[in-house]
Parts: sequence; structure tokens; C-alpha cells
Amino acid sequence: MSVYYFAIVGATDNPIYEADITPSSRSSTLIDISRRDDHKHLNQFITHAALDVVEEIQWTSQAMYLKSIDRFNEFFVSSFVTAGNVKLMLLHDQKSEDSIKNFFNEIYELYIKILMNPFYEKNFPITSQQFDVRVKAVARRFL
Amino acid sequence: MADPSNPPRTSLTTSTYGDQRTIRANKSILERSLNKTRGAEVSLNAQSYMFSEMLQYAQKRVNGIQDLEKRMNEFGYRVGTRLLELLSWREKVPKRETRVLGVLYFIHSVVWKALFNKQADSLEKSTENDDEYMISDNEPLLTRYISVPKELSQLNCNAYVAGIVEAVLDGCQFPARVTAHTVPIDGFPQRTTILIKLEKEVLQREELLK
Repeated sequence: MSVYYFAIVGATDNPIYEADITPSSRSSTLIDISRRDDHKHLNQFITHAALDVVEEIQWTSQAMYLKSIDRFNEFFVSSFVTAGNVKLMLLHDQKSEDSIKNFFNEIYELYIKILMNPFYEKNFPITSQQFDVRVKAVARRFL
Repeated sequence: MADPSNPPRTSLTTSTYGDQRTIRANKSILERSLNKTRGAEVSLNAQSYMFSEMLQYAQKRVNGIQDLEKRMNEFGYRVGTRLLELLSWREKVPKRETRVLGVLYFIHSVVWKALFNKQADSLEKSTENDDEYMISDNEPLLTRYISVPKELSQLNCNAYVAGIVEAVLDGCQFPARVTAHTVPIDGFPQRTTILIKLEKEVLQREELLK
């Protein structure tokens, strides 16, 4: 049982997109659901705190995928920084680096397609339904 | 001049019922491949025409050369933010630039190649100021057919390209003031120099990272 919280944070540290992701291989019991609800409000907080760490680390490496950068109790925060300094943050409690890397790459591609839209300004919230559907589909595939 | 935009083409698919052919346009931008327009080219006349319309549009709404250059800079800025992400993604190994020289080299080669199908002609560091760099183009394609009247001799329409450069620098977290200047030399009367003046914080960070 695992819960994921995914957020895209713009270059000005504002959340552009957020999603709570329930994994594909769910063994959902009542205990799971109540546990998840307990921590939902914490997810935003943990992710926001991890932004500081991202800022420090991003200058030490030219890679985009920054792997697991922060830890809070049993939660890990992994991060992916795009060329335009937009951060993709994932809060998770399992450590499968490869699948998370693929997840980030797919989301990166989707983000660029949204950015190409001349009516979309960088750092604006992403409100596209299609984007939401696709993110959830990618999450089901890789997480 | 290569330009990362193309009208969406419709695609043909065969249905499962024999030779019936159905035409299906891409339902959304999220289905288009990002590599579809890689290496695509736009004719210079079409681009020059649109650019001249942009200039005329801006000219009606400004008073002064500085303002006009600022408007063109803003047009270019919008292109630059998208170009940065797209070109980084299209590289063989996508990576971020964390050093001044890295970004400048990226602009000098990758960005110029995507825009004008050639690398910029020179990348120089100013000897007087630490925070100034110059990228020069001997024959700027965009303004090839623009003849500037004597009253506006200070105007350089490559402020648009300067805007693109500024957006790429801003995106990589190297805020700077970027302007275009005409610096003719022997054999190249239209030579344009893009002057990049980096902010103080950038230099401080470079020092820390050394």
C-alpha cells in the first residue's frame, strides 16, 4: 500500500498542478483509506519544505532527475528540474528510482506540450482536463 | 529560417472495416509528438512578412525607439521561454545549464542553429566589464529585408532575437538585460551584436560555485 502526491512547482515557487495518485496495484482496505486521509494535508507541507533542498542541489549537478532529495519519517521526496527551472516533485514511500525516472520523463514531455500552447503562460496553473487525465494514466503505468 | 511551429497535419487511418479510410485530426495538443517539427523550416518570406506585421502593430502603439525595442523584446521573450524547454528536451541527453559559459554556449550553438540553421558567428566576453558578454551575427536573417529610416537609425529590430536570448537566460536562472546593437564591420554592414549584461547575483553565484 502506497500513496503518491505529485506536484508541479513553477519557477516562482507557486504550485502549477497537484495530484493525489493512488497506485495501480491497490490492495485498498478501509485501513488504507483512513490512513491516507490523515496525511493528505501533510503532503503539501512536506513537498514545500523539500523545495529548499532542491534549490541547493540543483546547482551542483547538470542532471534533470535529482532522485530522492529529502526524507520525512517514512516519506521520500524525489524531484526533477526542467531546463526552465520548473520542478516536478513526487512524494512517495517506496524507492523504485527507475520507474519514478520514467514517470518524470513522461510528465516532462506532457508539460512541454502544454507550455507550447501560445495561450498558456509559464508559471500559470494548468487547468487542462486532458492533462489531468493523461497524468493519471502515466501514473497508473509507472507507479 | 527554421522555426519550431507548423500547422497541424491531418492523418489518415484505416478503420477495421476493409478499405474505409477515415481522416482524424489530432484531438489535442497533448497527442502531438514534440519531434514532429524537428528540423522543420519556414520560408523566409513568410517569416519576414509576419515580422513586418508585428513591427507595424507595435509601432502604432508606442512612442519612441526604446519602447518599440521593448515591445519586440517582449515578443521574443514569449518565444524564448518555449524554445528553451523544447530544445533542451530535444537534445540527445537533456540537461540543465548551471554555469554562465554553459548557457551562453547553448545559446550560441543550439538556439541559433534551431532559429537560423547556423551557429552564431562569435561569442565574446567584454574586457571592460565582468558582467557583459556579446553574441554576434554577421548577417542577421530576420532583419535582412528591413531598411531602417534615418530618423530611427538607433533602432535594431533584432530586439526580438534579444528577447529570445533574454528568455533563455531567465529560464536558466541567469537574469540579464539583453539588447541588440548594429556594429557594422568590413564586408558585413548588417552585423548585429546581442549584448548581454548579467545581473550582480549571477556573478556572485558563479563565484560561489567555482
